[in-house]
Amino acid sequence: MVDPEKKDTDKESRKIKSVARMKEIMTQYYIEAKTAGQTGKKVAWITSGGPVEFLIAMDVIPVYPENHGAMIGASKMGVGLCEKAEEMGYSRDLCSYARSDIACAAINGGPIGGLPRPDFLVCCNNICGTVMKWYEAVSRYYHVPLFILDTPFIHTRFSDAAKRYVIDQTYEYIRFLEEQCGKKMDMDRMREVGKLAVSGLRLWQEVLDTAAHKPAPMTAFDAFFHLALIVTLRGTQITVDYYRQLKQEMEERIRKGIAMVPNEKYRLLWDNLPVWYKTRWLSEKFSSRDACLAGDTYTSAWSGVLDLIDENNFIETGSVAYSSVYINVSLDMMFDTLKKLIEKYDVDGLVMHSNRSCKPYSFGQYDLAKMVMKKLNIPTLILEADMVDERSFSDSQIETRIDAFMETLAGKR
Amino acid sequence: MITAGIDIGSITAKAAVLNDGHILGTRLMFTGYDARQAGKTVMAELLQAAGVQREEIRAVVATGYGRNTVDFANKTITEITCHAAGGHFINPKVRFIIDVGGQDSKVIRLDENGRVLDFAMNDKCAAGTGRFLEVMARALEVDLDKFGEICLAAKHPAKISSICTVFAESEVISLIAQGEMRENIIAGIHDSVASRISAMAKRVGVVAPVMMTGGVAKNIGAVKALENKLETPIQVSEYAQINGAIGAALLARNLSP
Repeated sequence: MVDPEKKDTDKESRKIKSVARMKEIMTQYYIEAKTAGQTGKKVAWITSGGPVEFLIAMDVIPVYPENHGAMIGASKMGVGLCEKAEEMGYSRDLCSYARSDIACAAINGGPIGGLPRPDFLVCCNNICGTVMKWYEAVSRYYHVPLFILDTPFIHTRFSDAAKRYVIDQTYEYIRFLEEQCGKKMDMDRMREVGKLAVSGLRLWQEVLDTAAHKPAPMTAFDAFFHLALIVTLRGTQITVDYYRQLKQEMEERIRKGIAMVPNEKYRLLWDNLPVWYKTRWLSEKFSSRDACLAGDTYTSAWSGVLDLIDENNFIETGSVAYSSVYINVSLDMMFDTLKKLIEKYDVDGLVMHSNRSCKPYSFGQYDLAKMVMKKLNIPTLILEADMVDERSFSDSQIETRIDAFMETLAGKR
Repeated sequence: MITAGIDIGSITAKAAVLNDGHILGTRLMFTGYDARQAGKTVMAELLQAAGVQREEIRAVVATGYGRNTVDFANKTITEITCHAAGGHFINPKVRFIIDVGGQDSKVIRLDENGRVLDFAMNDKCAAGTGRFLEVMARALEVDLDKFGEICLAAKHPAKISSICTVFAESEVISLIAQGEMRENIIAGIHDSVASRISAMAKRVGVVAPVMMTGGVAKNIGAVKALENKLETPIQVSEYAQINGAIGAALLARNLSP
């Protein structure tokens, strides 16, 4: 017999303590953003893969419709908002972050009553092409200026001409910010922010690396949550301090032998964005089958380009590095990243979320799955779902696929 | 050792009882509204038909979409693993199984021991399933049992372009309005089901010999259409519809008593 009280203490000890601090930081961040009108600070909306460091250096509050989309998904408000956007005339085939965010702007809805009004917009298309049309719609809606940073897709290599093109735009970006803020950029401050960004990225990568330990002190489901700071507040001291604390906690868990999945037997790698409204459900499903999602391609996308940044010359290397993120490169280059992650986390299988919303991320998954099978002999499970729109999720179908995949892995041993 | 397998599908509930690799009896009934009751009834009827006492059964494995409603089962195992085990038992040479049931279709690649190497299932859509054929048979006022045979007489199969059951139905209705021959429409419908399933099969990689299981395997039109698409003969055993339950009963042998 399992002692129920003992079971509860185990569960309690597995909880990550830093979560409380993380929630505090995010709450404070959103309060500051929502009250920017009163404090006289400028607010800019920016895409998740955009170089936020320049906004931080100009003392502008960055706000992320995509992080907002994730919050909407996690609070299970996606369907209502997506339907609202569809009533407004947006297609159901459009990304659910875009749909739910556009609907929020129109009705001040969602978990925090809508995002604060932007003073201007910064859109970087390294993550997808949808953001361009989405931000154009937002720009028309709020009558605010939009800066587009165009990052060429990398097929085989990043040519010098393409790099120059991105660097030129970075200087244009600075001029745009100076115009919007009515002040010159403080280059010393910019250098400092660049260094903080690199420190933050490095620490975040070190946090993710701790899951290579067997058993893993955290899983991809935890990474989905702790990721928020590297996206929203990259380039700040708060982020550096937080990830240092989180890393220490993970190292302590390793020392004490605390595993996130109680009987870790199988290790898996996740691909694509989380299914925000089902993270707990999925986490429990895999955990109950002794499977730990040790790593993922998503949360490591930001720090994955770390080596391409010169912390002493962020202006000329930051945007260039962000052009090389996981989904802005060819399938062969994506495979190289997958291979590194599969080897680093020593996984038995790959779980790919075929995300109805995110076409650039989901396109090519079947080919990648084949390459992974052929070259690494690692099987793949493909789950069809959507990151925010729950109408694209079927519990019993997903459960059968997970069960069948785990039975297949068990059969291999 | 006597073991039983229960397969609760969306349309039918199946049961099989085996004694060390010998089929003692099988049973099939409509699942109806109450999947839990269907599991109990199909088991009771199976025991009676096979002349086996409940106490003689050492282990029961439940499978199918209603597997979790079978509370008397010792274990639940997915249809994927069960169909692989069942197909391997019927013909150990089989390396690829296409199972088309009421609400989903799946393809399974297996090794020489009947273990699953890879699989794929249809996504959230009724096209390419038994339900799709049912809806179409109704629209064309044809008995489902004769649906497959009729299309063998088609000279020029109609083109059904829609990948969605609802839209395909309206396409069929407009073909009827245009006066298209019924057998040509029916052949077009079977081709559309076969295209969908063959795309999924090719994604996993078809390896001969191929076996088809599930209720749709009884439909000769669907089997022929798939053979054409995949350019390989497809075996259908007399136990095609009960294959998952047989696999479940076989896997029940591995459970420690």
